[in-house]
Amino acid sequence: MTIIKRGFAALAAGALSTALAVPAFAEPVKFDFWFGLSGDLARVVDTLCKNFNASQSDYEVVCTSQGNYDATLQNTIAAFRAGKQPTVVQVYDVGTATMMLSGAYKPADKLMEENGYKIDYSDYFPGIARYYATSKGEMLSFPFNSSTALMYWNKDAFAKIGKTEAPKTWEDVGADLKALKDAGYDCPMAINISANESWQIMEQFSAIHDQPIASKNNGYDGLDARLEMNKTKFVQYVGDLKKWYDAGLIKIKSKDLGQDMVQAFATGTCQVIMTSVGDHGTVGKTQKEGMNWDVAELPVYAGTERKNSLVGGASLWVLSGKSDAEYKGAAAFLNFIHDPRTALFWSTNTGYIPVTKSGFEYMKSSGFYDKAPYKGREVAIASLTASEPTEITRGIRLGNFTQIRAEFGTQMQAIFANKESVQDGIDTLVKNGNAILDRFQQTYPNKTLP
Amino acid sequence: MEKRVTFGRWTIGILFAVPQLLLIFTFFYWPAGQAVYWSLTLQQPWGGGNIWVGLDNFRSILANADYWNSITASLIFAGISTGLAMVIALVLAALTDRQLAGSWLYRVVLIWPYGIAAPALAMAFRFILAPEAGFMAFANHFWPGVWDPGLDSADAMASIIIAFSWKYVGYNFIFFLAAFQAIPRSLIEAAAMDGSGVIRRFWDIQFPLITPTIFFLLVINITESFQDSFGIVDIMTAGGPANATNLMVYKIYSDGFKGLDYSGAAAQSIILMLLIIALTIVQFRFIERRVHYR
Repeated sequence: MTIIKRGFAALAAGALSTALAVPAFAEPVKFDFWFGLSGDLARVVDTLCKNFNASQSDYEVVCTSQGNYDATLQNTIAAFRAGKQPTVVQVYDVGTATMMLSGAYKPADKLMEENGYKIDYSDYFPGIARYYATSKGEMLSFPFNSSTALMYWNKDAFAKIGKTEAPKTWEDVGADLKALKDAGYDCPMAINISANESWQIMEQFSAIHDQPIASKNNGYDGLDARLEMNKTKFVQYVGDLKKWYDAGLIKIKSKDLGQDMVQAFATGTCQVIMTSVGDHGTVGKTQKEGMNWDVAELPVYAGTERKNSLVGGASLWVLSGKSDAEYKGAAAFLNFIHDPRTALFWSTNTGYIPVTKSGFEYMKSSGFYDKAPYKGREVAIASLTASEPTEITRGIRLGNFTQIRAEFGTQMQAIFANKESVQDGIDTLVKNGNAILDRFQQTYPNKTLP
Repeated sequence: MEKRVTFGRWTIGILFAVPQLLLIFTFFYWPAGQAVYWSLTLQQPWGGGNIWVGLDNFRSILANADYWNSITASLIFAGISTGLAMVIALVLAALTDRQLAGSWLYRVVLIWPYGIAAPALAMAFRFILAPEAGFMAFANHFWPGVWDPGLDSADAMASIIIAFSWKYVGYNFIFFLAAFQAIPRSLIEAAAMDGSGVIRRFWDIQFPLITPTIFFLLVINITESFQDSFGIVDIMTAGGPANATNLMVYKIYSDGFKGLDYSGAAAQSIILMLLIIALTIVQFRFIERRVHYR
């Protein structure tokens, strides 16, 4: 009996060891990916995940939408504190500084190297790569969904005032808006002034005009950077926007008021807006029948040498505290996303732009930009690559920038409601924003940005 | 002498209380204690460590003009919305109690608003009060610019007060109606036979007899207007324009969860808790004296 028992035990042990030794029999390694997109975009991400799972059998990515960028970061932090973090997480552009100081990530470039993937980092558009890279140029995360701000203009309306091209300078914009008003258009241009529009009104404007948002090269060189947009061309710009608003050339459009900017443009109510290239598809799908429109780079003030605009969107971070097998899977997933064919799939189904030169070339050669619904999106690439990034136009690296954006919304609303003058409002924005930066610096004593 | 069930040994009493005490400890004292601890430190959001800063968080909050603005906004909101919700509910309940035609219908219908979740009703009111597309677009059509919650602070405050009051009218109504119906008919009939009119009977008989209910609802409404306003603010105004509707509870959320300033948010929630405790004490000390319990 005992011999038989032992024999069974040996057999069982043998079977077990063979199972362990031959991975082909094993279940694929599962790992989590949390992202912040919802609705239509979330469905595209799900398809992307399915494609990855179908492309190989060793790993299985489980993709979960957390609703929006804020919630994704909050939930990831909560999960991390409880030791249940996902392997890969999508973090929005302005969360980059917070992530870099978190000590909760595995550097993306190291991960790829350890797992034997060769990524040519010079293939990324410099304007995109340097937004997410350290001051020394190392990639800690992978650029994922990327966009930039463009000016959308209604060709039909501009034809009525004898124009066939979009205005290139803000001086021209002023004249054109006046002409549109005189031609009977009630809403020549729409803007919104909430926290979200900090991106196009403050950040993109400052980059294109090579104006700093904060000292220390927008924060790249240290946590002691402080805001300084109350001393730049930004003040003049807000002054002009306010003047045009008072003259009825600009209307404020937001969802709370009944119609947001993009809807106002697509229905032909307003003739000019500034928004992300990511809305290109939405405008195309929801536009008034037969309306002719196009996109152009954001204007500059006359006499300004145009610099590259900033990338917006999010990047993919790999978090620490996971097993080697999960890291292998994460590396394979990032490599899959890096592929030019994935770039084509991603950009076709969303409004986002390709992040690598090879991805862009691949899409150009496949004729993507020649066809009607996608024509015009190459303007975004032109805007992002208008110049080699300068110390200032490579990005913004400030702690708790979400709160500074909220403060932007608050002060812009105070300015537009005539509670404060333009200069006073922006001074208050700098003062309150600096208090936020002080606090961030105190929270991370003895730490420096990588 | 009153009859009382007594336990021979105090341990049995404690044993009976333990489940409840455990619940209170787990869901109230423990998190509240954690919040106190966080408010005295600077927490790194990712849990990398924290620094003891004593009362610095409180000092910096109380020195911040935006925070005082938030307290003022909360008090205005609490005062007006409590007043509106209670007066309207009182009038509706008094009318329903008089058994006017169709009162059985109001009795059912008026309770519904309280059953609607705050974000859902906020969304509905956002559409109703939208200056360009909603019901208020009519007003703007005749008097351009009269209603603009996007930029006008007073309009924005009015919108959230309307939405909140609408919800609590339903809640208050149930209690008022129950209180009115608990008043013996004979009292009212006797007064009527003596020749007093409807208004006279209300002020001299019904109103004094329902003061305990009024007091209870006052405490509840004020407390809830500090705490339950979050969903409405988040959907309707997000604290804007220019911080006009940035109520204390919303500021805690946006500083803590959006700004990842956990310590500052913890300190703010301690202050909010103290404020609500203080308000409740004041109400019990000074207003309760005028309440006649039967």
